[in-house]
Amino acid sequence: MQNRIIELKDIKKSYGQVYALGGVDLHVDQGEVVGLVGDNGAGKSTLIKILAGAVRPTTGEILVRGEPVSNWNAGRSREAGIETVFQDRALAVQQTIIWNIFMGRELVGPLGFLKVRKQREEAERLMREIGFTSKVFGPSSIVGQLSGGERQGVAIARAMYNQSDLIILDEPTTALSLTETAKVFHFVRQARAAGRSILFIGHNIHHVFDISDRFVVLDRGRVALQATKAELGSAEALVRFMEELAHPGGAGVQSTGGTV
Amino acid sequence: MTDTANRDGQSPAKALDADTVRRVAEGKHADRSRLRRFLRDHRPAVGSFVVLVVMLACFFVGNPEVFSQWNMYRAVLIGLPVVLFVVVPLVYVVTVGEIDLSFPATIGMAGWVFALVVQAGYDPFLGIIAAVLTGLVLGLCVGWLVVYANLSSLIATLGMNFMLRGLIQINTEGKSIALVGLPKTLTFQIFGGQFFGIPVQVLWAMLFVAICSFIYNRHRFGVHVHMVGDNPDAAQQMGINIKLVRLKTFAFVGLGAALAGVAAVMINYTWWPTSGDGYLLPALASVFVGGTAPWGGIGTIIGSAIGSFTVSFIQSGVVGAGLSGFYVQFFYGLIIILSLLGHRWNQVRYR
Repeated sequence: MQNRIIELKDIKKSYGQVYALGGVDLHVDQGEVVGLVGDNGAGKSTLIKILAGAVRPTTGEILVRGEPVSNWNAGRSREAGIETVFQDRALAVQQTIIWNIFMGRELVGPLGFLKVRKQREEAERLMREIGFTSKVFGPSSIVGQLSGGERQGVAIARAMYNQSDLIILDEPTTALSLTETAKVFHFVRQARAAGRSILFIGHNIHHVFDISDRFVVLDRGRVALQATKAELGSAEALVRFMEELAHPGGAGVQSTGGTV
Repeated sequence: MTDTANRDGQSPAKALDADTVRRVAEGKHADRSRLRRFLRDHRPAVGSFVVLVVMLACFFVGNPEVFSQWNMYRAVLIGLPVVLFVVVPLVYVVTVGEIDLSFPATIGMAGWVFALVVQAGYDPFLGIIAAVLTGLVLGLCVGWLVVYANLSSLIATLGMNFMLRGLIQINTEGKSIALVGLPKTLTFQIFGGQFFGIPVQVLWAMLFVAICSFIYNRHRFGVHVHMVGDNPDAAQQMGINIKLVRLKTFAFVGLGAALAGVAAVMINYTWWPTSGDGYLLPALASVFVGGTAPWGGIGTIIGSAIGSFTVSFIQSGVVGAGLSGFYVQFFYGLIIILSLLGHRWNQVRYR
């Protein structure tokens, strides 16, 4: 086990009588891409929100780099180096890439005026780290001119600011073309090469399989499967497993809780 | 060693002129000339400047004798500061995605407070401070209604405009206040006198425009105004207090309207209960003629300041060109529509 960024132990979350999560274990190590899949209602969103500190688990333990934390919230999550890129990307499309990267935490002098030069250098560095460089676009380009994949790149670059260790990508390839998806994968791989960890959430099993080193399948609030890429072998194996979950086969035995 | 440096992909770039690399990276390599780059980066402002030049050229051709006289322009310049002081904050409000129609009554209220303080025998400087405080308080009230009581800014500010104007009418019963001693005071010399034939107020207004433009483009507050107008949800997610930003823009309109109120009184040393009423539509038109986008998120202070001059000039221009006063409204409309068409073609709306 190398550097463990975060570990969730037996996380349960209930809304009244309904369990959204019924005891989930999840961990992310440094420099790995973890793919999180599961049907709608499996508890993916709840799990992301717990990681981001937006939702408090009912019971369970959260360990940051091996240390248990109490009073977990959005601020603590950010302090721990966790950044979330939500599905809508939260970009201001009529503004420049630089302004978007520093949205809400602009680099300013004592009077509140922007440090224009410093922001540009920092933005260039972040974009270089994920390989988001182009002959056509630069840090001063307007985000609205970029394609969907490139916009995702801006969101990822922004998430990497502040030395974040874990970036949660919530369905970053939804509604993107094949080439755009490839672009996002490129950014993700570069971010991993720069030592960041990624939690990649997706509906497209093939996409998730391509990019991830390890997989966690959620089903009705429980971890149905945890496996590395080598253990699974191919995307088809993962698809078959997911289908088996949705429509349990002849044996009629639900395979919840099992690990390969 | 050289080999690794080349494969690295970054080191060879360092060998080149850093500025060239940056320009290529930004797709600016085609725009080698500074002029073209300037034009591209300031399209809306340049657009509104073109509108102004074309309009002036038309007037000049219509009546060269009248339009080569400085007095023609001086007459417009005297009234211009009042417009500028409200147009600049209005650009902030429009950029943040709201509108404020209450500024005419705030002009009247602040001018009234100024006139009362001066009439009571205090120094006009105290009057200015009192007027500014009045404007800020009124702006905060309007802003509170829109931001925290969640009213539509269009309707709420219109209501406030009627209500405040009504309060003035009730209290003054339509009587104006003449400030005979005002021109003799030092404060008036500083803020309302003449400087080599140029009304000093114009210089103050231009300073105001310059500072506000810098804040709009280079200060954290200006950036937040852009962000909230562009994508409020994103701004909130990224930790910007969007309600406070909106409130501040309304307070800023109050401040600007107060300065406008004082400037209006200084033109004729008299405060009228209708003071400010005539500025509602010209000021609003100036914002959009200047190239600020009606949908929020982007705008230009300099452009809108140029737009203010364009709109202010129409009336004098039409009459000076030898047409009767009946043509004024038609030309107002024509120039507004033409500039909007121009700006629509000039800027793309990204979604």
